[in-house]
Amino acid sequence: MLEVHGLTVRFGGITALDGVGFSVRRGEMTGLIGPNGAGKTTLFNCLTRRYDADAGTVRYEGKDLLAVPPHAIAAAGIARTFQNLGLFPHMSVRDNVLVGAHHRGGAGFLTASLRLPRVRREEARLRAEADGVLDRLALTRVADHPATGLPFGTLKRVELARALVGRPELLLLDEPVNGLNSAEVGEFAGTLRAIREEFDVTMVVVEHHMGFVMGTCDRVVCLNFGRKIAEGPPAEVQRDPEVMRAYLGTTG
Amino acid sequence: MSGRAEVTEKPVRADAPGRGRALARIAAGRRRWIVAAALLAVACSLPFQLVPFRVFQFTMVLVYAVALLGLNLLVGHAGQISLGHGAFFAVGAYGTAIMLDRWDVPHVLTLPAAAATAFALGLALGLPAMRLRGLYLALVTLAIAIFLVPLLKRFESVTGGSMGLTLGKPAPPAWTGLAEDQWLYFLALAVAVAAFLLARGLLHSRVGRALHAVRDNEAAAEVMGVRLSFYKTLAFAWSAMFAGAAGSVYTWVIGFVSPDSFAVTLSITLLAGIVVGGLGSFSGPLLGGLFVMFVPGISQDVNDAAPGVIFGLLIITVMYVAPTGLAGLAGRVARSTKKILRKE
Repeated sequence: MLEVHGLTVRFGGITALDGVGFSVRRGEMTGLIGPNGAGKTTLFNCLTRRYDADAGTVRYEGKDLLAVPPHAIAAAGIARTFQNLGLFPHMSVRDNVLVGAHHRGGAGFLTASLRLPRVRREEARLRAEADGVLDRLALTRVADHPATGLPFGTLKRVELARALVGRPELLLLDEPVNGLNSAEVGEFAGTLRAIREEFDVTMVVVEHHMGFVMGTCDRVVCLNFGRKIAEGPPAEVQRDPEVMRAYLGTTG
Repeated sequence: MSGRAEVTEKPVRADAPGRGRALARIAAGRRRWIVAAALLAVACSLPFQLVPFRVFQFTMVLVYAVALLGLNLLVGHAGQISLGHGAFFAVGAYGTAIMLDRWDVPHVLTLPAAAATAFALGLALGLPAMRLRGLYLALVTLAIAIFLVPLLKRFESVTGGSMGLTLGKPAPPAWTGLAEDQWLYFLALAVAVAAFLLARGLLHSRVGRALHAVRDNEAAAEVMGVRLSFYKTLAFAWSAMFAGAAGSVYTWVIGFVSPDSFAVTLSITLLAGIVVGGLGSFSGPLLGGLFVMFVPGISQDVNDAAPGVIFGLLIITVMYVAPTGLAGLAGRVARSTKKILRKE
């Protein structure tokens, strides 16, 4: 589904990603781990076209993803969540989720201002879908609340709902359980596993929480200083000497 | 499912499950309609209660409200700034004046033509300007406003130069039995209501949400598929179009245009008006229109020598007391009154 080859990104003199390559199969949950600054979020930003790659290729469903403009990523079937929440704080939870369905609507300035029947029908359809996703993630009660000042775990679910309503095929989650307590982590992992089945979505997860990664992911890719140092099933990667070195800092 | 378990986090009132809240929302919607109908009834009776000069003043409030509706779209909803909206207002006013002066175009037709001209100009200027942000955007839009007055004076043969143009006002049809000031008031009211409905439709849609998303978090908006340059540029053009329509009605009402009515101060007063009225709120443009119309006059009354100082102090006071504008203040008063009433 997703094939990354020799991906390199440089910021000035710093090489954030150095020839990274891996592939993601449809239906899989891939974990992306590595110490802080290893390049995980940079990789996500590359996949969503926020950053330009200096070298390498990314193929998604056979097409060249690096040629797709940033605003067309959603329509291509890729959604993401952000590390420190990328919500719209002055909009209600429901409106946040509806923005996630933006690429599935067609109302323009003129048709929307005139409230044409077509626009009303589209609006009703998207609202019904958004309400369905809100209900699925137990957010109906807070749907009219602004997407700020709610518990962190709730806001994380709002972000997930916003990503899901766009009906993505590939979902990129940037530290989905960061900042949650251990009970919430278990719960969120369960939700993600269930959602993977229900929405038939392939996931790539950046996460530091090893318990979550080991228990949830099918495969793990480990980055360090912009390079891939290990790839494989979670248990194998966990035992990899180079991964241990990267995390524990032992030399030699 | 484990995700469903955690629903106890929000103090939405424990006894109100989904159904009750849905009913509450419908009730709130109905209340909003009643308020709107009452407001419209008051607005319609106004010209029969007041002396012609007051009717004229309220007509101008409506004209400014239309311009502020546009500015609100850009500043309040899309989060961009413009210090040059007086220029689009002037384009609408002069466009209408020239159409009336040269070609004797019927008044009704001058409005769409003036609005379309302002839209086209907004689009042309918005394309490059909307790639800038913050102070740079403020500066470029300010330049548009500064540029305009000398330009109007320069093309004397068309614009009448410093002397301006004097034009006929639309005459009330005999069947209405209205006086001229009342007729002008109702024309302005009709335009204001139409503009309000257009803006409302726009904001309660995919487009409105996209604009809010751009305002709140550009990076996230883009990931959701919102094309930033498209929405910013069109918000600018639409906002210019509203200002142009307002300018057109201005010419109908005043029957005279001259370059000095559209100096930079107009742009700045408009921006002050929408910030004081309440950015991003629906009543903000109307409250801002009242502010723009009446406060300069009041400050003149307080101190003849330095009206600007009083005006400035009043803006600072409003911003200090009500940082979310008069609309925010009104909302806060309504909420606390409700709370007090509930306690008793």
